[in-house]
Amino acid sequence: MAVTKKDVLEWIKAFAQVIAENKEYLTELDAQIGDADHGANMDRGFRAVLDKLPEGEDADIGKILKTVGMTLLSKVGGAGGPLYSTIFMQAGMSIDGKDSFDLADWAKALEAATAGVVRLGKASPGDKTMVDALTPAVQALKDATEQGLSLGEGLKKSAEAAEEGMIATIPLVARKGRASYLGERSAGHQDPGATSTFMLLDTAAKVWANCS
Amino acid sequence: MKKLINNPEEVVLEELQGIELAHPDLVKVHFDPDFIVRADAPVKGKVGLVSGGGSGHEPMHGGFVGMGMLDAACPGAVFTSPTPDQMLEATKAVDGGAGVLHIVKNYTGDIMNFEMAADLAKAEGIEIESVVVDDDVAVKDSLYTAGRRGVGLTVLMEKLVGAAAEEGRSLKEVADLARKINSQGRSMGMALTSCTVPHAGKPTFDLPEDEMEIGIGIHGEPGRTRMKVKPADEVTEMLLNPVIEDLPFESGDEVLLFVNSMGGTPLIELYIVYRKAVEMLEAKGIKVVRNLIGPYITSLEMAGASITMLKMDDDLIKLWDAPVKTAGMRWGV
Repeated sequence: MAVTKKDVLEWIKAFAQVIAENKEYLTELDAQIGDADHGANMDRGFRAVLDKLPEGEDADIGKILKTVGMTLLSKVGGAGGPLYSTIFMQAGMSIDGKDSFDLADWAKALEAATAGVVRLGKASPGDKTMVDALTPAVQALKDATEQGLSLGEGLKKSAEAAEEGMIATIPLVARKGRASYLGERSAGHQDPGATSTFMLLDTAAKVWANCS
Repeated sequence: MKKLINNPEEVVLEELQGIELAHPDLVKVHFDPDFIVRADAPVKGKVGLVSGGGSGHEPMHGGFVGMGMLDAACPGAVFTSPTPDQMLEATKAVDGGAGVLHIVKNYTGDIMNFEMAADLAKAEGIEIESVVVDDDVAVKDSLYTAGRRGVGLTVLMEKLVGAAAEEGRSLKEVADLARKINSQGRSMGMALTSCTVPHAGKPTFDLPEDEMEIGIGIHGEPGRTRMKVKPADEVTEMLLNPVIEDLPFESGDEVLLFVNSMGGTPLIELYIVYRKAVEMLEAKGIKVVRNLIGPYITSLEMAGASITMLKMDDDLIKLWDAPVKTAGMRWGV
């Protein structure tokens, strides 16, 4: 079972749709502990991505993901721009040159993406950031690969782990990003970055559920 | 939301179009990637100064582009850091062969994007120095936060460093001066109302009619504490004392006192704050040798004020008095 180029394009388009639908929700979360721009920034970035998606025959999965990364870098700004750009660039480099990939490949790609985010943002698990959704999702993918689960099952587990990580950010006191200025007052709010990260992985699990 | 805009998506674009029409003698506006550059850039042999940040803080930074201040400014979306491609193109446009200094306010996004732009510019053979401004004493500077925010001191740094670059000082001298300014300036702000980000459509935070927020940032980030509104003199004490204690400023120091409006607070109130601040400083033996009063680093229409103090010396006083000709600050010309 494998994810093809067509599936990757569908995932990106579906995520752009999810972001458009949740733009106000993400901005609302950001207004609580940040600066009320996460939804709008992500939406602007992914609308630009839709314009630039290479759908031609010559574009392999690596090139598609790297194009997404470069577009986000030049269109989003803030911290979200470089961080989301890094996710797609690193995943793209990990899967470079392939026409399709399996669960183990995806586990490696997301691990590289997470390492990139950690390097750039200097955040650790528990700092109330995207890393809190990414880290458990990567672990779930690795476990699923070892247990020999199907692609669909593995992706579902990673989305569930990301969701748990996202919910677990609620009581945390932020130690990175703009929410950290609030200190104790950041506790009790769900991190917007972890939320959009969960949406990204949840969309992958849904869109790629029946890849054959 | 009640705003004098056409479309929330177009506010920055239409603002830039207005700036282009208003100040052709001072600046050129480049679109896609967006940046504002001195009309005579690049100035041969002069260190180029580039800053940038989210929009919504006008006149900073675009209003500070011109003779004696910045060579270029990169505006991001409202309250959102600009992107590396904007910063790279602005850097190339102002490189007169003496290198380029990036003045970066300490926010996670600004730091990341400017770091990437500096790497790209270095790869193209341009000598780059970067200086981070982090003067806001409301935020604890510890390993557990993103560090103190860059606020009011940015305005003073851009003026002073701009004058030094105009004098022909080298990239290293200009960068060292900027770091010295950062090390001896501190700020703190407060809000009486929230602000409304155009694309969000509603106030960033709810602040009841009779309450104020102390330790506010410039992006509508809630501050340190919230309390009932107090008279101006008491609020001035709440802002100025932490500023004095943090550095600390001491008896015998000569300072520049900057009382800034967050956008919605009128000059009449800023002068009331200034009056109390000078009285407090005189009592401590601190002498105000220069001042700046007005809306220079704003947070859209937020009502509130911030106080910045910078320890001065003869060189800084000379640089402060040097001619400047920008849309937002102009004297000596």
